[in-house]
Amino acid sequence: MNFKKFLTVSLSLMVSLFIGISCGDKGGNTIKIGALFSVTGPASFLGAPEQKTAQMLVEEINAKGGINNKKIELIVEDTAGDANKALSLANKLIKENKVLAIIGPSTSGETLKIKELCEKEKVILISCAAAESIVNPVAKYVFKTPQKDSQAAMRIFMTMKDMGIKNVGVVSSGDGFGKGGKEQLEKLAPNYGVTISISEVYDAKATDLTGVLNKLKGKNVEAVINWSIVPAQAIVAKNMRQMNMTALLFQSHGFGNIKYVKETGKAGEGIIFPAGRLLIADKLPDTNKQKALLIKYKTDYEAKFKEDVSTFGGHAYDAIIVIVEAIKKAQSTDKDKVRDAIEGLKDVVGTGGIFNFSAADHNGLDIDAFEMITVKDGKFVPYEKKK
Amino acid sequence: MSYEQLLQYVFSGITNGSIYAITGIGFNIIYNTTGIINFAQGEFLMLGGMTSITFSRYFPLPIAVALAVIVTAIVGALIDFLVIRNLKKQSILFMIIVTIGLSILLQEAALHIWDEKVRSLPFFTGDEISSINIFGAYISPQVLWVVLICSIIVAVLTVFFKYTATGRSMRACSSNVIAARLCGINSKNMITLSFTLSAAIGALAGAVVSPITQTQYDCGTSLAIKGFAVAILGGLGNSIGAVAGGIVIGLLESLSISILPLAYKDAVSISILLLILFVKPSGLFGKKEISALKDF
Repeated sequence: MNFKKFLTVSLSLMVSLFIGISCGDKGGNTIKIGALFSVTGPASFLGAPEQKTAQMLVEEINAKGGINNKKIELIVEDTAGDANKALSLANKLIKENKVLAIIGPSTSGETLKIKELCEKEKVILISCAAAESIVNPVAKYVFKTPQKDSQAAMRIFMTMKDMGIKNVGVVSSGDGFGKGGKEQLEKLAPNYGVTISISEVYDAKATDLTGVLNKLKGKNVEAVINWSIVPAQAIVAKNMRQMNMTALLFQSHGFGNIKYVKETGKAGEGIIFPAGRLLIADKLPDTNKQKALLIKYKTDYEAKFKEDVSTFGGHAYDAIIVIVEAIKKAQSTDKDKVRDAIEGLKDVVGTGGIFNFSAADHNGLDIDAFEMITVKDGKFVPYEKKK
Repeated sequence: MSYEQLLQYVFSGITNGSIYAITGIGFNIIYNTTGIINFAQGEFLMLGGMTSITFSRYFPLPIAVALAVIVTAIVGALIDFLVIRNLKKQSILFMIIVTIGLSILLQEAALHIWDEKVRSLPFFTGDEISSINIFGAYISPQVLWVVLICSIIVAVLTVFFKYTATGRSMRACSSNVIAARLCGINSKNMITLSFTLSAAIGALAGAVVSPITQTQYDCGTSLAIKGFAVAILGGLGNSIGAVAGGIVIGLLESLSISILPLAYKDAVSISILLLILFVKPSGLFGKKEISALKDF
């Protein structure tokens, strides 16, 4: 036997031994939870903080001894924001990894794509995406932690009603999030005496929107509502100021990321949008139930990853809290028992609000989960009614 | 529609058109030398934007942009040295497919060097909210920068390809490599030069559009698609044509917004592109005789 052959044989032996060991290591003493996040790709600003948050929280729970003496094994897959990839990865998590539950995906389009699969395979799905249609109509195994589009739209219109704004223009991105928001805005506007005189959809990769904003300007709108999660949110704000538009700019809860405020620079001043309380955690009164948790998450995250916390990461935080609480409550890792336990969860404090699930409500948050926030001197501050 | 509003649409068209044009020019240099389309051109823009943003933290803006141009040009040269030059089969189709692979490679590299976050260079003059009032309509000063730099590049390139020995040698390589070699032109060095130049121009374009379009690791592809379309519309290889094509498409798109929903914008511009190419396959400024000699 020459040296080369010997090397090959011994190497392959070593490899097979290694595989054998690592396989044997996997006992039944862990709880497998899958996670689908768009860590890269166009929705990476959602997926990246979600992945970091989920891993941080799971490490923390495991360090404290896990749940019911079992450690959590988090299997994170990157969907790159691609709905088809999300579907095949969900299949892998369910059939190969045999997970108890899936957390994510990050975007509405991906969630809607895998909703049916989870329903069919009876796997709990706790989505981190916003669209109303994820939980309405209710699907037995599908839950979500971010606040609903409709509640965000209602908060915007309530603020407009207070300000006496009647004529608005809507621009939204052509992805799942934008479409969901557009639908809710158009449905709810009449209830608040607001007329949407123009509603336009732009490409999620748009690089300049002066054309369409000019069209809105021509309709003499008093305010513009932009509904998207893509970087174009900053472009809308900049373009409006560059065109000398005086209309107010309202954004969706997708604007809840300080990075976008930095990107808009001076053009971001005065933007009003609804979001969870995480962004203004330090400005909350001490009586607020969420304050302690929000501050802890914010300090932990910012210390560990050296970047600003965003509400998106909070959705993953909440998803983990919900599944952990449900497993504790069910005292079991049986899929159906855990699922039933989620429906019975009450008063669970999360980053997005206080969760009260029921058989009819698979989101568990009410309209109070949102706070209207505005940008002042490059920072998020609570929006206060002008007297 | 009021006069100001119409003018605002025109400005919006020029904004987009100038971005398309400055992207489109880059395709012409490599095409003029090798006859291939470089699908990694958008990534040169992205690299230029990203590196200039990083450098701008340590240096004043003009130096940061200059450094970014140099770094990206080196990347362009390396791509030729390490990849294109070593291809066993120098066929055109083969090289095009290699550039597609390179574009994915550069994107992934950028994702690892930087991250997934969107960022942008500061505005060259003024800031996010400054705008210039021209006859009642408004335009960002950065657009004027794009137009200015675009015109300078076009002027320099036109002179370079028409009147300098190096420029002519580069064009000779694309017409007929064997004949060019017989005349004593080192075709391999010309190709390296074309990749270097093309990367440098891409980087400059990427830096100047960054305040408007914002830069992200994957922004190159979508910019390059429109840039490629306008380069074809203007006639491949012709820089003035690319600018004309860019402005035409930009204006058509923005005027289409005024009467149709925004979502139809791309459909309108692409149908008109197709129509023009049916009537004049060599593009607006392309010559029929020249395009007959090329593979594309």
